[in-house]
Amino acid sequence: MSRIAATFQRLRESKRKALIPFFTAGDPDRASTVPVMRALAQAGADVIELGVPFSDPMADGPTIQRASERALSKGTSLSSILEDVRAFRALDDSTPVVLMGYANPIEAMGVANFAERAHASGIDGVLVVDYPPEEAQDLLRALEGRGIDIIFLVAPTTTEARMREIANVARGYIYYVSLAGVTGARNLDLSAVEEKLARLRRLTSLPIGVGFGIRDGAAARSVAGFADAVVIGSALVERLEAAGPDDAARCAGEYIGSIRQAMDAK
Amino acid sequence: MRMHDLPDEKGHFGRYGGVFVAETLMAALEELKEAYFTSATDPAFQAEFEYDLKYYVGRPSPIYHAVRWSQHYGGAQLYLKREDLNHTGAHKINNVLGQAMLARRMGKPRVIAETGAGMHGVATATVAARFGLECAVYMGSEDVKRQAANVARMKMLGATVIPVESGSKTLKDALNEAMRDWVTNIDSTFYIIGTVAGPHPYPMMVRDFQTVIGRESKVQMQEMIGRQPDAVIACVGGGSNAMGIFHPYLAETSVRLIGVEAAGEGIDTGRHAATLCAGTPGVLHGNRTYLLQDADGQITETHSISAGLDYPGVGPEHAWLRDSKRAEYVSVTDDEALDGFHSLCRLEGIIPALESSHALAYAAKLAPTLGKDAVMLVNLSGRGDKDIHTVAARTGITL
Ligand SMILES: Cc1ncc(COP(=O)(O)O)c(C=O)c1O
Repeated sequence: MSRIAATFQRLRESKRKALIPFFTAGDPDRASTVPVMRALAQAGADVIELGVPFSDPMADGPTIQRASERALSKGTSLSSILEDVRAFRALDDSTPVVLMGYANPIEAMGVANFAERAHASGIDGVLVVDYPPEEAQDLLRALEGRGIDIIFLVAPTTTEARMREIANVARGYIYYVSLAGVTGARNLDLSAVEEKLARLRRLTSLPIGVGFGIRDGAAARSVAGFADAVVIGSALVERLEAAGPDDAARCAGEYIGSIRQAMDAK
Repeated sequence: MRMHDLPDEKGHFGRYGGVFVAETLMAALEELKEAYFTSATDPAFQAEFEYDLKYYVGRPSPIYHAVRWSQHYGGAQLYLKREDLNHTGAHKINNVLGQAMLARRMGKPRVIAETGAGMHGVATATVAARFGLECAVYMGSEDVKRQAANVARMKMLGATVIPVESGSKTLKDALNEAMRDWVTNIDSTFYIIGTVAGPHPYPMMVRDFQTVIGRESKVQMQEMIGRQPDAVIACVGGGSNAMGIFHPYLAETSVRLIGVEAAGEGIDTGRHAATLCAGTPGVLHGNRTYLLQDADGQITETHSISAGLDYPGVGPEHAWLRDSKRAEYVSVTDDEALDGFHSLCRLEGIIPALESSHALAYAAKLAPTLGKDAVMLVNLSGRGDKDIHTVAARTGITL
């Protein structure tokens, strides 16, 4: 069983929901990436989404745009991130790691080459923001048999017919984008999300995570009431930005620990 | 499949094109595609489009035989397709008119656009004013500085101009920001992309609206010289003026199609925007095409004296035409483009846009290699009023 499937099974058995922090690899600097990942896992993260910085992050708001610029200015690349994940794997063999980013760095490496190297580094899932299922066929084929799940987005604008197509190809979990907008937006409408999730549930047995716009323990707790996983991105990245390299791991752990507590509180 | 039947139903031109966007935009693109296909076959829509092209834009734009220029370079005859004479001074308005009509049909009260040189922004602000649509234009803050006159124009027309401070602060970043606006305001907003790039159906739709240039040219050349030109030459930024004049000629294989890119300070200096000449395939802004990028797949900064060519990608149909060799792609430097600019001013009394000056500069190189009976048709995509500050600064003219 894949690490992602095993994680969700364990959570189901203990009646808990997954907490999935996102941050951009290489931000605030390259040396802090593995320590931040470790701190997140120790603070109760169930899956880590590691952002691969791209020069033109079209789906991201200002917070993650700035994180990408900082990471790139430090020389972060898809290759260097795969090395970081390999280093993390040597220390933590159970926390799933999902790479999240844009198509072009993967295409530049070559899809087949990427799949091989990602597998060797211990990557568990890949979410390519600008690969809808229609354009993901090459990556799907390349990842086959490598134990790497391809994770797709479903949005508030996604029609029922598309939901069905996405459910057919998605693996690991489905990422429901909670609002029409970019990452870091602040117009989250929880009741609309809950209603859409109920429709998606009828089409898939995969776990469903919800992300975009979840900024605090209270929102995380509400989302955990109806979703299988809560994704926290921009709010964490803001804290890493404020902390700087030396304090990044501590701040990340403290913040994600507080969210974990809010989600698990009886 | 015949070359001019592309794209396929998924928006692919061979391996290029497609729909590489986040899921949130997929439904909107589907809706747009349907609205476009319905309109394309609706005689009422087509009749209104043609009426506005004639009475608002001022079409057909004439073709002009540049006799003194041709004598000066001593070879082939130069003919100019005068898109500079359109309302708002460039080819951009052909496409904007079509998309704004679609926006109105789809009941969208707000349009947004990205712009580099400001010509597409001005065209969008213009048509939005006429149709009573709210309009926001994204423009890299570097370009806001370079093209101040166009910024003023857009504001006078009632548009909001939003300077973009991210990335390289030029056209590609304006496009990113416009996409972010679109995804956030998807119910109310129509995104009017200014060139044959972006996700399907944009490359096809923008091309179709621009093919009026090539269709007119075929009729006009027949009338003027009783045959078609030996070569059709156009500058390529995103590639819309070039696709507009090339496409009706794709099936006429005796006509050479030549796209001219911006070599900036020279391709070997790295400071250029010659995507098809020096780039490699990748994915950006919703489609697969040639890109200027580093080994890690990060998009690199571009340079051109003309803001409208300063873009690290290119329309996917050009990528396909390059690989299939139906069209040739070449490049000229900033300095050569400036020579092209001055020659047309002095020999013909026409001030061309710096973008179009790239096509003229290549025509000047090609002319002497062809006989006096050979005919080159250059798409004069825009007028140069917007560029007088740039040219004056480069040539030491005080304003
Ligand atoms: C006059 C003129 N020509 C050409 C271009 C380049 O665009 P395209 O390659 O889409 O025609 C621009 C863009 O701003 C322009 O203003």
